Amino acid sequence: MKDIAIIGYGQTKFGELWESSFRELLVDSGVKAIENAKVDGDDIDAMYVGTMSGGLFVGQEHTASLIADYAGLNPIPCTRVEAACASGSLALRSACMSIAAGQHDVVLVGGVEKMTDVADPTGAIATASDQEWEAFVGATFPSLYAMMAKRYMYEYGLTLEQLSTWSSIAHENAVNNKYAQFRSKVSVEQVMRASPVADPLTLLHCSPVSDGAASMIVCDADKATDYADKDDIIYIKAFTQASDTIALHDRPNMTTLEAAKVASNYAYKMAGVGADKIDVAEVHDCFAINGLVLTEDLGFCKKGTAGKFIEEGNTRIDNDKFVTINPSGGLKAAGHALGATGIRQVGELYWQLKQDKECKDRQSAINNGYGIAANVGGTGGTVCTHLLSVDR
Amino acid sequence: MVVRTWRHMQERYNLIGKKCTTCGKVYFPSRKVCPECRRKGEMEDIQLSGKGIVYTYSIVRAPPKDFQKESPYIVGIIALEEGTKITGQIDCDLDKIEIGMPVQTEFRKIKEDGKSGVISYGYKFVPTVH
Ligand SMILES: [Zn+2]
Repeated sequence: MKDIAIIGYGQTKFGELWESSFRELLVDSGVKAIENAKVDGDDIDAMYVGTMSGGLFVGQEHTASLIADYAGLNPIPCTRVEAACASGSLALRSACMSIAAGQHDVVLVGGVEKMTDVADPTGAIATASDQEWEAFVGATFPSLYAMMAKRYMYEYGLTLEQLSTWSSIAHENAVNNKYAQFRSKVSVEQVMRASPVADPLTLLHCSPVSDGAASMIVCDADKATDYADKDDIIYIKAFTQASDTIALHDRPNMTTLEAAKVASNYAYKMAGVGADKIDVAEVHDCFAINGLVLTEDLGFCKKGTAGKFIEEGNTRIDNDKFVTINPSGGLKAAGHALGATGIRQVGELYWQLKQDKECKDRQSAINNGYGIAANVGGTGGTVCTHLLSVDR
Repeated sequence: MVVRTWRHMQERYNLIGKKCTTCGKVYFPSRKVCPECRRKGEMEDIQLSGKGIVYTYSIVRAPPKDFQKESPYIVGIIALEEGTKITGQIDCDLDKIEIGMPVQTEFRKIKEDGKSGVISYGYKFVPTVH
C-alpha cells in the first residue's frame, strides 16, 4: 500500500453565505487548495466530493459532474460520496484508498454544503436519521442527541454546567479562527440560559446551519516533494470507517458511539500510536454531548469522566499535558456545513501539525507530531477517522 | 410518502415485530435478517405488548413542520418488556416525565400531511395506570 501525503488545503468561511452558490463555494475552496499545493489542474488525476444532500438543500443532484465541470477539471473522474454529516471524510477516505491502491497520484478532495437556501433545513437534516421510525414520530435531530445527553446524565451524573462548558470553550477557540461562523465568547451561564431546543439542549449546545466548503490535495507520498516544500507535507497514517445502527433506539448503549470506538481503535493500530501520543484532535460536536462522548470514545479519558475532564480545562489549547481538542472552535462555533465538515476537521489538523500561520493564534503544542479527526454521520451510523502525522 | 405509510400499517397499528427463533432476540420494526445470527436466524412475527419503561427522553421545543401544533411535546425511547427499544411520543405532563417511568402504547393520530393530505396513525405512549 502506498503512503499518502496532504500537500495543500483551502476553505471558505463557514456561515450564512447568501452571496455564494453551492458550486461557487466548492470551486473557491478548491482553487485555494490547488494554489496552496502548488499543483496545476493538469496534475490532478481524480476528484472526490463529499456532500450530504444537494437535492434537498439546493435541488441539485449529480453534483460530481457539476463540480468537475464548473471547476474546469473535465474529463478526470469525479465521484460524489454521501454519508450524511460524514460525507466529507468519506470523500477523503475514498481518495486515500485510490492513492493507496496506486490508481491515482494526485487527488483533489472537496466537501461542500449550502444549507441556507431552503426555508426549513430541519426536514433535510432529519433524513440522516431513520425517517420511518424516528422522524415519523416527531423525533428531530437535536432531540435524538438530547436523548443521548439525558441518558448520559442519568448514568454518569454529568451536569448541565459541564455540558455547557464544552460550548463555552468552543466559542473561545473560534475567536481566533477567521473562517469560523461565530467569533464571540459565550459564558457557561449564557449557554444554559439560551433558548431551549430539545431538553436538556439549548441553542448554544447545537451547531449552526452553515454554508461552506473545504478542499484538500492529497497525493502519493513518493511524489509529494515534486510539488510541495518539505515543511508543507503532512502524512495520513490511517483512514478508517465503521458503521452502527441508523436508529438510536436499536443500540444497547446510547452513551457511546460504538462506530467511533471501532474506527479510532483501528486508526491507532494502523498508525501504530496510542491515544496518549495525540497532540491535537478535531471531534464532531454537532451537539455538545457528542463532543464529550467522542472525547471518551477516542480514548482521551475514561468512560463517564469527560464532563470533569473538560471542566478542568485539560483539552484547552494552552494545556501542555493532554490533547488539545477542537482548536478551530469545532462544529459548534466554527460552523457545520455538513459535507464540508470532515475535510475542514482534517484541514485544521494539517495546519496545526505543520504549525501554519493560519492557526498561529490557536496553535496547539506539537510534541509527538500526531493528530486525529473523528467525523460522525447521523447519530453515529457512520464514523470516519483520519490519523495524521508530521513524519512519514 | 403515502405508500411508505401504508407499507408499515400492520407494524404501526398492531405493534407486530419479529422474533429470531434461533437466538430469541426481538426486533421492532421488523427485520428480514437477524443481525446476531444472520443467515442462520429464523424470523417469525411477534405481537408486542406495548408495555415498557422510559429509557431516555427529550422535550422537543423546536418542532419540524408537521408537528408544530403539538409543540412542546415529549419524544422518548422506550425499553419494551420484550427486550427491544422503540422511539415514540410520550403523552404526559412535561414535568412528570422521568427515566424509568412505566408506560404503555395507545393508538393515536401521529400527524397530518397538510389540510387535505394523508393522516398518519400509530402508537404513542402514556403512563401505565396501576
Ligand atoms: Zn438471531
